[in-house]
Parts: sequence; structure tokens; C-alpha cells
Amino acid sequence: MSAMAASWKHFRDPLSENNPITVQILGICSALAVTVKLETALVMALALTLVTTGSNLVISLIRNTVPPRIRMIVEMVVVSSLVILADQLLRAYAYDISRQLSVFVGLIITNCIVMGRLEAFALKNSPLPSVLDGLGNGLGYGSVLVLVALVRELFGSGRLLGRAVVPASLYERGYVNNGLMLLAPGAFIVLGLLIWVQRTLIRRVEPEG
Amino acid sequence: MPRTSERYVLIYAAVVCLLASAVLTTAAVGLRRRQEQAAELDRKFNVLKAFRAEVLGADGRRIRADQIEALYRAHVRELHIATGTGAVVTNDTGRRSETLPLYQWVENGRVVKTAIPVSGKGLWSTIYGFLALDAQLEEIIGLTFYRHGETPGLGGEIEQPWFQEQFRGRRIVHNDELRPIVVAKGPATAEAKADPTRVVVDGISGATLTGQGVTRFLNECLKQYEPYLRAARKG
Repeated sequence: MSAMAASWKHFRDPLSENNPITVQILGICSALAVTVKLETALVMALALTLVTTGSNLVISLIRNTVPPRIRMIVEMVVVSSLVILADQLLRAYAYDISRQLSVFVGLIITNCIVMGRLEAFALKNSPLPSVLDGLGNGLGYGSVLVLVALVRELFGSGRLLGRAVVPASLYERGYVNNGLMLLAPGAFIVLGLLIWVQRTLIRRVEPEG
Repeated sequence: MPRTSERYVLIYAAVVCLLASAVLTTAAVGLRRRQEQAAELDRKFNVLKAFRAEVLGADGRRIRADQIEALYRAHVRELHIATGTGAVVTNDTGRRSETLPLYQWVENGRVVKTAIPVSGKGLWSTIYGFLALDAQLEEIIGLTFYRHGETPGLGGEIEQPWFQEQFRGRRIVHNDELRPIVVAKGPATAEAKADPTRVVVDGISGATLTGQGVTRFLNECLKQYEPYLRAARKG
């Protein structure tokens, strides 16, 4: 396989075949919490992509200098600095959304995807593939978030990005929004269905044992 | 120096921490002004919301920042009153312990609504909000909570319209006395809600302690403003 194709694979894999949420079942907590509305899901996806890409890059750059004994602490410092940076930027430029995301931006620090990619990939690979890997994982996570949010906002409140999309005439004929979609169990159901569909498409079978 | 030597580890850790703090300090200082502006705009938005001004557009989204500013400038007057006596302070000394802020909604030169900031401890955090009263200062016309760190989905539900709407139209005075406000534990009974001596609203399931906090600070805040409110009611 050429170097180009290999790099491309780092980016593409986490989007579907090895998606952090639907295949590895990581980052579920935030996927449930911030997907009531499309807007918050998009911002969260963006923030997480920035953090995974940035931390993968930094750790990959310093991978040959990190003392093995404090490897994880160094990773945590890098990740939390980037998360605080993202949080500060949101507070300055998207105050309202940052309030809606509340603790979940801060909790990116503990998102298994971020730390997992550092340990599994960035520590062993050079910067370019690491950046692609981070980007792929961030977008893989983000795409699931956006899909779940799309379903939840559309059926839960009849809106997309805060704009009403379900015509008023439909409501007049007795259509009602599905309140379950606004609650966490609704997110579980949508996410479960999504995992089912996606695993059927990629023909993934959970290894035995 | 080998990567496993103690000196290397110590120096490495120190350098990493120093770099990280330098980056974060720069960001915090650089973004502070914008963050303060954003927080200030949010405060104004919430004062307006408590006053039931039209702060949401037809599509259900917030009106633009300049529209918020314009509306605020056109109608809202900020006053300070002395703690204890409730007298309006004309030259604000700036000391928070001696004065309380007060907001008035002015229409054609007349004060038609009055709002006070309400804040206090919930379960995890300090909750901030505004409570607006009608022209007679006897009835709640709006309550908003806009900043808090309560658990999302539980105590965080105090942000929800259904919770805040319950306070609307409730009378806070009975026979010249302040009626205590009570957030019930879970749904309130019909008798409790009909009680003329108290203002009882439904609580949030799973957020009893947040509700107790809200009960406590709403009453405390109203009590603090009562000298002013009482004098103003008498005209």
C-alpha cells in the first residue's frame, strides 16, 4: 500500500469501519447529552474534532521525548489545555451555545476517544498520519452526533437548527411532536438503531468471547 | 540524559506545565473582554426576558445583539437602593454590601414593571436569575434563571419554561405581608397551590435540593427588597 493510501485509511477508517461511537461504543455519554438540538451537536462535534486533532498532533510531535513514566500525565495536560482553550473560545464567541453545552465541553477531557487515540495512535506515529487519525475520529464521532441530533430535533421539536420545518398544517391535522425524542431514552433508541443499521451495512460481527 | 532518569522526568514535567499555563493565560487574557461583553449581553437579554419583552423572533430564536441593546436602552432603567432602608441611592458608592441593584421597565416615562436580581446557592452552584413584578409590585410577571451549574436534566431543569412559567401571575403579597414562595418536593398538591398564605409551585423530580435552594434564595432576595417594595406600593 502506498503511503498516500495508508494515510487516507487513517482518516477514513474511523468514519465508518472503525467509528468511535457506533463500533467502539466510546463517547456515548456526550452523544446522548448534547443531541437534543442540531446546533449544540454541531458545536460539540467541532470542539471534539479540534481537540482530538490538536492533541494527536502535539503528542505525535513530542512522542520521542516524553518520559514513559509520566506519559499519561503529559497527555492529560495537553488534552485539558486544548479543552480549556476550546471552552474559552466558545464562551467568547458562542456564549449561548457554550451555556447549553454546560459541563460537556469540559468533559471532553474525559472522553475516551481523545485519550484512546493518543495512546493507540499518536504515541507511535508521525505527525501527518496522527493529524489525519485525529480528524477522522473527531468527524466520525461528530457525524454520529449530528445524525442523532437531526432525528431528535426533527421529531422531538419539529425544528432543524432552531427553525420550524414541520408545516403548521400538519399540526392542525393532529400531528404531535414526539416528546420521547427530547429525553435521554430517545437518544438511546436512536443511537441503538443507528448502530444496528451501520453494523449491518459494514457487516461487522462482534468477536466471540 | 536518558528519558528514564529522574532529572529528565522532573524537568520535562516542569516545562510541559509552564508551556501549557503560558498558552492558557494568553487565551484567558486575550479573550476576557469578549467574554465579558458576551456575559453582559446575556444579562441584558435575561432582564428583558424577565420583563417579558419580545426577545425571541418569529422563528423562536434570540433577536440580534444590537436589537437587545436597543430594547434595553429604550426601556430599562437601572437603579440602586440602599440595603435596609430601601431608599433609592442617587450616587452609587459602588460597594455591593450597601446597595442593591434594581431594574425598572419604563414606558412613556412611567414605570410599569420592576425586576430584581435573584441569586443564591442551589445544590452544586450559585444560581443567578431575575424576578419581575407588575406595576403594583404585588404579582410576579416573569422569572428567569440564566446562569447556574446544576446537574443537566435534573436541577438544570430550572431553566425550562414550564418551571419558570409557574411563577407567572402569582401574587407575592397577602394582607400586606410577603407570602413565602415554596418549590414543592415533586408535584405540589392542589390544596398547597390554593393556599393564600404561600406561593407553592411544582418541584422538579430528582432535584429536591436544587428546589430547596431556589425556595431559600427567592424568599431571601424578596425580603431584602421588601423595604423598597413596601414603600413603593404605598406610593
